[in-house]
Amino acid sequence: MARSKKISVDRRGFLKGAAAGAAALVAKPEAAKAQEAAEVHRPATPNPLPGAKQTAAETAPPPPRVDVWTTDRPGSDFMVDVIKTLGFEYVAANPGSAFRGIHESLINYGGNKAPELLTCCHEESSVAMAHGYFKIEGKPMMVMAHGTVGLQHASMAIYNAYADRVPIYLLLGNIQDGAWRRSDVEWAHSVQDAASMVRDYTKWDDSPVSLGGFAESAIRAYKIAMTPPMEPVVIVADAVLQEEPLPEADRRLQIPKLTLATPPAGDYGAVKQAAKMLVEAENPVIVAGRVARTPAGIDLLIQLAETLQAPVIDRHFRMNFPTAHPLYGAGSIGSADVVLGLEVPDMWFATHSQTPVNRMGMESKRITKPGAKVITVFAGDLYGKSNYQDFGRYDEVDLAIAADAQATLPLLIDECRKLITSDRKAALQQRGVKLAEVSRKNRERDIEQAAWGWDASPVSTARMAAELWNQIKTEDWSLVSDLTFVSNWPGRLWDFDKSYHFIGGHGAYGVGYGAPAAVGAALANKKHGRISVNIQCDGDLNYAPGVLWTAAHHRIPMLNIMHNNRAYHQELMYVEDMAARARRGVERAWIGTAITDPNIDYAMMAKAYGMFSEGPIDNPNDLGPAIKRAIEVVKKGEPAMIDVVTQPR
Amino acid sequence: MKQFLFAAVFSTATLLAQTSAGDAANGKKLFLRDGCFQCHGYAGQGGAAGARIAAIGLNAQGLIRYVRAPGGAMPAFTDKVISDRELTDVWAYLQTMPKAKPAKDIPLLQQLQK
Repeated sequence: MARSKKISVDRRGFLKGAAAGAAALVAKPEAAKAQEAAEVHRPATPNPLPGAKQTAAETAPPPPRVDVWTTDRPGSDFMVDVIKTLGFEYVAANPGSAFRGIHESLINYGGNKAPELLTCCHEESSVAMAHGYFKIEGKPMMVMAHGTVGLQHASMAIYNAYADRVPIYLLLGNIQDGAWRRSDVEWAHSVQDAASMVRDYTKWDDSPVSLGGFAESAIRAYKIAMTPPMEPVVIVADAVLQEEPLPEADRRLQIPKLTLATPPAGDYGAVKQAAKMLVEAENPVIVAGRVARTPAGIDLLIQLAETLQAPVIDRHFRMNFPTAHPLYGAGSIGSADVVLGLEVPDMWFATHSQTPVNRMGMESKRITKPGAKVITVFAGDLYGKSNYQDFGRYDEVDLAIAADAQATLPLLIDECRKLITSDRKAALQQRGVKLAEVSRKNRERDIEQAAWGWDASPVSTARMAAELWNQIKTEDWSLVSDLTFVSNWPGRLWDFDKSYHFIGGHGAYGVGYGAPAAVGAALANKKHGRISVNIQCDGDLNYAPGVLWTAAHHRIPMLNIMHNNRAYHQELMYVEDMAARARRGVERAWIGTAITDPNIDYAMMAKAYGMFSEGPIDNPNDLGPAIKRAIEVVKKGEPAMIDVVTQPR
Repeated sequence: MKQFLFAAVFSTATLLAQTSAGDAANGKKLFLRDGCFQCHGYAGQGGAAGARIAAIGLNAQGLIRYVRAPGGAMPAFTDKVISDRELTDVWAYLQTMPKAKPAKDIPLLQQLQK
């Protein structure tokens, strides 16, 4: 393509600009000023006569035009025009030279609004922030990164989002043309095929070679990302296209209209068959994976469960079902005659138990009753990749409906209702009464269990969850962290019923997701005035703690409660497991897994990043008052942290 | 075979002698040294990674039997890793762990009961 374009400007304008530039250059530091002052006091010497060259320069008429390297309309401005049509609220980025053109256009031409630039300290943080943001907001955040080093940083977070069916809109900078690269650094930061590094775990990518192509691919990428199964996408913005002036011929470029595809609903015949199996079942069980894409998804799942009077087992990948509902967790897969899996990516694990057999492998056993039928509605059946193994083990099912579950639920509910006679309805109601009693007993058991270790130090995770709930239950709250590492205590003690009450987990369990995902989710909650609560694992925070600064800098209100068990605890248990199975002492399992000696002072860390903090707290009686003080800070629009020294799980 | 039987009889006799007693102080050291708390909690309260073992209902012999051939994800701890005598001490320590108060006597939990 043509390059080395110049813009011709009026000579007078150029000289004016040059004078301003010179004025800037002569704004000298103090040492230079002192030298100038000394020169004033030198004895005056007569000025020499100007030479012929100088005289000519001062008296000759200026040439009519001159070439300079500026433009009032770089290609990146048009890219920003395209980006703005997609409705992003924010763009997260750690600054990088390969997208400096778009960066400048976003903040100046674009006014740093819609999207607003978020300053991130690591590309992994940028992507994970976008990950958490989507799970509250329901639409993507844009992320910018270098096509090389930035994407390398970002890649684990992209994989998490991919496995969690979350669309991330990645815009990579790259300098495709070697002649355009300014230095050896830019050679090292350029790549032939930028997206190849993450192609195994992104849904689509493109490297457009014209601005028109950029517009089309940018819109297409958004549409693909937002069509279930939702996944990250990548657009590479070539630096030459960003930085070169928009050619006159391209000033009439069109931005294609975005029309999102409707999510795929299940085949009518298959849904009718599923409804018949479910209505006729004596003990149907619904297993919820990533069912609810929107608040309507929760309502639909409630309708289905109540129509069938079937218990819901929530895998906690999303906020799917109210935890205080009488059908929540009230059944077991082992007692079911029909199991309905809705967007469950690990259906095999839901229907099997596994026991490690020394170091010889796993002994697996199907836990469903003989003759039990399994139905799945899963958008993952529409699309898949082979290299990374997040698709899990192949499960034998009886009816597999390749579709988006939320889009399929209205039809499934209707078909079930059509089949339920008045007699059947009465029987289902009786079943519902029994299930409600099971649910009530489950809750009672959890509350009694929470009392164990209540006064222990380090603080039990049950006590921590109860103290938190006591402070937030009357607020409009949002838990922006996972439940896995705290023995699911919030899920057992709190009442979750709104779509923003829970955001699920990592996706691929890539550690380092927690802190930035929480910040992104809290950002989405900010405009609603919600109290975002992040139960933050210590190991996770240490991957990229700079995200605390991002939260402080952008005034993102959120309450961070450190789950400071001073270890990469899952791995510690694995090493213990290996040592026991190898018939060796387990007392050295802490080597390489414990985060002690010295203990990390997270309250001090938070302060260093500009965040209110208290702790470390190891007396459980000190926790409630500390949380109360921190919430007051959060209500003023700031982030806060309480460092709690906790039991391992 | 004879050797095996002798070992089994000897082991059982030793076990019976140990079940009635145990050094709780040493048991605490072992509980911490061998990382029992990593899955079961410092207070033996249990969690997602391990069952509650505070005030365990098993007697010492039952605990030893379970630890040698556990169910689920827990690995077997052989006597090469921890002896019967040591497990008896751990059992004795578990008996000293305080029982939970009823939830109704803890205001934060009482208010969760509906």
